Amino acid sequence: MSLTVPEKGWYKAPEGAEKLWIGLALVWCMVMSVMMPYWHFRGKQNSRGEAYSVEPAAFMERTMTFVESGTVGDWNGIPIVEPPPGGEAYLAARMWSWYPALKLRKGETYRLHLSALDLNHGFSLQPLNMNFQVLPGYDHVLTITPTSTGEFTIVCNEFCGIGHDKMIGKIFVE
Amino acid sequence: MATNSTSETRTCDTTGLPVCLTAQLFIKLSAVCAVVFLLLGGVAAILLALTRWQTIHLLPVDWFYRILTFHGLNMLIFWILFFEVAVLYFACTVPLKAKLFSRKVAWVGFIMMLVGAVMVDYIILKGKADVLMTSYLPLLAHPAFYLGIILVAVGTLIGVFNFFATLYVAKRDKTYEGSVPLVTFGATAAAIIAVVTLLHGAIVMIPTFTFAMGWTPEPDPMWYRTIWWGLGHQSQQVNVCAMVAIWYLVGYLATGAKPINETVCRGAFVLYILFINLASAHHLLVDPAVGATWKIWNTSYAMYLAVLASMIHGFTVPASVEMAMRYKGYTKGLFGWVTKLPWRNPAFSAAVLSVVIFGFIGGITGVTLGTQQINIIAHNTLRITGHFHATVVGGTSLAFMGLTYYVIPLIFQRDFIGKGWARIQPWLFGGGILMVSLGMSFAGSLGVPRRDYDIEPAGVYGASSHLFLGIMGVGAIIAVLALLIFVLLCVGTLLFGKKNAGRPIYDWGTAVALPGADESKVDAHWGMKGTIALTAVFLMCFAVYYFANWKALADVWPVQ
Ligand code: HEM
Ligand SMILES: [Cu+2]
Ligand SMILES: [Cu+2]
Repeated sequence: MSLTVPEKGWYKAPEGAEKLWIGLALVWCMVMSVMMPYWHFRGKQNSRGEAYSVEPAAFMERTMTFVESGTVGDWNGIPIVEPPPGGEAYLAARMWSWYPALKLRKGETYRLHLSALDLNHGFSLQPLNMNFQVLPGYDHVLTITPTSTGEFTIVCNEFCGIGHDKMIGKIFVE
Repeated sequence: MATNSTSETRTCDTTGLPVCLTAQLFIKLSAVCAVVFLLLGGVAAILLALTRWQTIHLLPVDWFYRILTFHGLNMLIFWILFFEVAVLYFACTVPLKAKLFSRKVAWVGFIMMLVGAVMVDYIILKGKADVLMTSYLPLLAHPAFYLGIILVAVGTLIGVFNFFATLYVAKRDKTYEGSVPLVTFGATAAAIIAVVTLLHGAIVMIPTFTFAMGWTPEPDPMWYRTIWWGLGHQSQQVNVCAMVAIWYLVGYLATGAKPINETVCRGAFVLYILFINLASAHHLLVDPAVGATWKIWNTSYAMYLAVLASMIHGFTVPASVEMAMRYKGYTKGLFGWVTKLPWRNPAFSAAVLSVVIFGFIGGITGVTLGTQQINIIAHNTLRITGHFHATVVGGTSLAFMGLTYYVIPLIFQRDFIGKGWARIQPWLFGGGILMVSLGMSFAGSLGVPRRDYDIEPAGVYGASSHLFLGIMGVGAIIAVLALLIFVLLCVGTLLFGKKNAGRPIYDWGTAVALPGADESKVDAHWGMKGTIALTAVFLMCFAVYYFANWKALADVWPVQ
């Protein structure tokens, strides 16, 4: 009875179906715990949290250099920048835009640097639905390989003030 | 303080247990506040849902985020914490035949909580704290916002202190023999986790408050997120403990169920205490500067031992009820006992729905979304909101509502008005929340963000996203109606309910033994065949959902 003190001698090992269930549940928990390190070594999608500390102004400077080095077009007044295959790409998040837009090539691997200039922002790549957190003061590096082509939209999915829902960016993959 | 003097306690006319009148006073005060905050949060809920349902899109943008802040805090913090203080004060006094340690301490804690909560609500509604419940730095609110939260946290801590002091005095004065009852044990687990949680709250909120005052430099935003989630996630385990304790309590009250093995039930609570404290990583899985090893170790709470605890309770609670029914003579087949359960008892139906919604939806989605890599396809989408509306709303809040159907008759000593409404209320609320949770989850799977005023500017969400947001909206209307029914029943009963002093409370319905029931015919270790079948189905659903998500993850771009 849950509302009264347990009878004397309540301390005993589980038996029968209860014991079986605890065993099964434990095995399942083990399977789930092994899945993560397994995927870490064998899987292709991981969030390692590679990051370096960076002042917002310094990050903006790197982004500007990146824009100057590789602008190939224009999307709604925002430059479209193509990094060299295997190269570095910079994406600055600020209220309320992603700067610049990127052009990537299918099958190439890039080091994508994400940082925020003001508040927390959320990098949410649609319609793939890949999501990463973007913080001011942190250069968050994703080593990313586009495997599909087309126009992808970056939606901000961390609340960043009144214009949050309009903070849209683009990645074009050829 | 050793023995009960009659002036400070009354004898319950239903259970025969002595009720400490000071504890009773604060259970009443806390419960009333809890229900008021639930109502406020409920009004906010319908405004939010009708805004996110794009066809209606009710609120203007600034009010959407304001009301979102308001909803999160009133529901997750105020409704839940006030109710939990009531549960703690009950669990340390009545089952132990003890008296509350201190009336003064209880007043101090209660007043701090109330003043803090009112401050927070006032400053939000004035538009000075549009920072959402998490108030991630560098977003900055008016200092009174942080001060209010600190007051609520410290006030709660003081209540928790009163709880532990009461336990200590009861033990010292031997008001009971042997070990504490299971409900008290569960409440103690909740209280221990609450201390750790609330300390995190103090650590993160105090420097943020002094920063807002301009006294100290700005704390690091990543540090803030890490510590904040030490508060935000662990506090959910307080809720889980309280909820599970209520499952055991209601199972006993409605069917006379007793734990099959006390050691197992208690051991599972101990697992919560030991392994929950690692959980803040849950919210940082796709954050920068947090290493994979730390993420993996923490997110699995050291190999999912806390999940193991929930899975154990998920078996022992229904198993104990099934065994109680079988002992009463309902032995037909796998599920013959199910139809004979006291379904007309709203506390019981609420508890069953709470177990089912928490387990099948909340638990499975929670473990899956909290898997380090799978979080990439879920972080900050509506899948997250869908998950926790199954845990803390369909699970915890519904269990709390169910318990209220006993708290008011037993503690306020009034029988409920509108009993017919009470009987359907848990079904409406549970059904509505199920729709809310599923609508959110599916929309989130399509990439719809949480905390987002308008999905149209993105230009990527099609008809099915809108359909799921609509399902969420309809579910919200049903759930909020059920919430209003609940509040009206409570308030109406306090004002007009028939006094029941001097007689047992109105019987909501309990399972009765069949004539000629023979306990010895039931196998004590394998008799719970229905539960075995149900938990097998559960494990299968879990595995399918879990691996389906790995598959979905494997389909997105490679990323390291
Ligand atoms: C009564 C039915 C309820 C409905 C219809 C409802 C609906 C909603 C909606 C539509 C949102 C906004 C989602 C978004 O845009 O991100 C939300 C957020 C939330 N709700 Fe509820 N809710 C209900 C009850 C509750 C309860 C009882 C709790 C807690 C005990 C709760 C906790 C939260 C939290 C913590 C958030 C997130 C706030 C944030 O993102 O800052 N809700 N709810
Ligand atoms: Cu943003
Ligand atoms: Cu944003």
